[in-house]
Amino acid sequence: MIKNKDKRAKVYAKQKHEKKIEKQKKIKARDAAEKLALELGEEPPQKMVPKIIENTREADDTVCRPDDQELFADIDADEFNPVLRREVTPKVLITTCRFNSTRGPAFISELLSVIPNFHYHKRGTYDLKKIVEYAKKKDYTSLIVVHTNRREPDALLIIGLPNGPIAHFKLSNLVLGKDIKLFIISLQNHGNPTSHEPELVLNNFTTRLGNHFFQSLFPQEPNFRGRRVVTFHNQRDFILFRHHRYIFQTKESKQSGTKGKDGVAQERVKPRLQVRNHISFMCVWIYQFIYVGIYVQECGPRFTLKLVTLQHGTFDTKGGEFEWVHKPERDTSRRRFFL
Amino acid sequence: MQHDEVIWQVIRHKHCSYMAKIETGIFCRNPYNVTGICNRSSCPLANSRYATIRDHEGVFYLYMKTIERAHMPKNLWERVKLPRNYEKALETIDKHLLYWPKLLQHKIKQRLTKMTQMRIRMRKLALKTREKIMTTPRRDIKRESRREEKAIKAAVLDKAIETELLERLKKGIYGDIYNYPELEWNKVLDEEKQVAEGVEEEEEEEPEIEYVEGYEELEEEEDMEDFSGFPSKGSGYDDDEHDSDDEEEDDDDVEEQVVIHKKGKRDSRKPDDVGKSKKKKRVVVEVEQEDGDVRQTLKTAR
Repeated sequence: MIKNKDKRAKVYAKQKHEKKIEKQKKIKARDAAEKLALELGEEPPQKMVPKIIENTREADDTVCRPDDQELFADIDADEFNPVLRREVTPKVLITTCRFNSTRGPAFISELLSVIPNFHYHKRGTYDLKKIVEYAKKKDYTSLIVVHTNRREPDALLIIGLPNGPIAHFKLSNLVLGKDIKLFIISLQNHGNPTSHEPELVLNNFTTRLGNHFFQSLFPQEPNFRGRRVVTFHNQRDFILFRHHRYIFQTKESKQSGTKGKDGVAQERVKPRLQVRNHISFMCVWIYQFIYVGIYVQECGPRFTLKLVTLQHGTFDTKGGEFEWVHKPERDTSRRRFFL
Repeated sequence: MQHDEVIWQVIRHKHCSYMAKIETGIFCRNPYNVTGICNRSSCPLANSRYATIRDHEGVFYLYMKTIERAHMPKNLWERVKLPRNYEKALETIDKHLLYWPKLLQHKIKQRLTKMTQMRIRMRKLALKTREKIMTTPRRDIKRESRREEKAIKAAVLDKAIETELLERLKKGIYGDIYNYPELEWNKVLDEEKQVAEGVEEEEEEEPEIEYVEGYEELEEEEDMEDFSGFPSKGSGYDDDEHDSDDEEEDDDDVEEQVVIHKKGKRDSRKPDDVGKSKKKKRVVVEVEQEDGDVRQTLKTAR
């Protein structure tokens, strides 16, 4: 190390400057190469992909691959199957923990409107095991318990019946539907949910269990005309729940008065004029290259879940076998995820 | 010699380690204290004749201390087991504390009552399930919330949902509900031209005009005026050629050139080829549509 601070600073500044110049050169070269390739009509050189946590995830044995035979066999033997096989429509009982507060029931009433076939019962002081039995008797397919702490709902217990696995989630970041109106900027309006069956979007669930769990809460025949979608998006072990109404739009057409606003995701398509049919417009299978956009309005609650424990069989903290427990000490690697 | 008064003066005014002063009063933490309050009459240290009830594993014992044994701390307290039954226990107490001061007797009976009630309640509670409070260290809580924020930022959720829904539209899961067959396919078209060429050969008879009934569900009204006329097959070709993009034109040109170089027969086939090149693209599109059957019926109709 150079002892003289002045000289040291100068040397360092010079190094930095050189590095900067090199970097600029590289960028220029890259851009030039790309431009050249495009002009020639060839493939542009491969764009470099930045390393993000999702691509550098630690390899996990439990991640399922699409062609795993074992998996398919496993699915058939799965506990959730009746609903997924469409034999039974899902019927869900939702309740709270023993000590109630205002936010709990408010949240529950929102959930009731989001998902069809949810029934709400007050908790009383029944034991959880008794509630499980009661639900089994009345033919419910799952049971959800919302647990509140400090007047905020903070945990969700999803129990599949009968003999279903139990997932204990930690709830956070809850925004109720009525608050979303204020939350989102004025451009996007607050959508009101209807009672069509929603579609389900499950993103990034690599293990089967995740898929099945949430699928079993919803009826299996989504009503596409209702244009409602419920999303469970798994990102780094956090499951984000959103509820939207969507609509497809074409850019070429007149902006319909209802929802022609910004923030529309566009599928970019080169516009090319071909009209082939002069029968009534709605009945045309148009050969028209147009922009299609989709416009999405958020409605209903939004929250994030994080899996805390997963148990086989029904509720039994002492005797039941825990399939997976979240241990903070296993969180040491930033690139290791379990879901 | 036992001087209770002296002991009391010393304890109370100097220091007693069993004394606990709270805003509601002064309490005594001595386990042998009957009432639990720091008092001249309730202090087990300052009274040579004293008695208490203590609970050991659900069984109540009556403890007594007399001045005769004051010099033997080991054998100071005499213990008597009290029967489970409340009335019988009371009788036992009466028997043992027969000539003792009334105050003490009274206090002991009160204590017995209280302890019996507590015992009943504890037993009832043990049958019920209680919630156990689990604490997490603050470090973990903070770490979780930090990671959650980053995860939310990393998941550009709106975009993800929108792309997912558009993918579904592309795949045709929605069937006939929406009248936008070409949209995504065009994009695919531009990007996957080479793939297209491989696939085309099978589908050479694709007609250009197809009439399929849709549903009138959508709010968007696409005016007739937006479209420029209704060409027939022949003019369709022209339009295609005129409107082609640079790339496509290049391709066409390439094709044409190729064709030209070849011999006469090939020349005559040129328009077909050109048309096919257009068709090829459209063919790609057809292939990816879900409504294959409808198409086919129309084809056969032709």
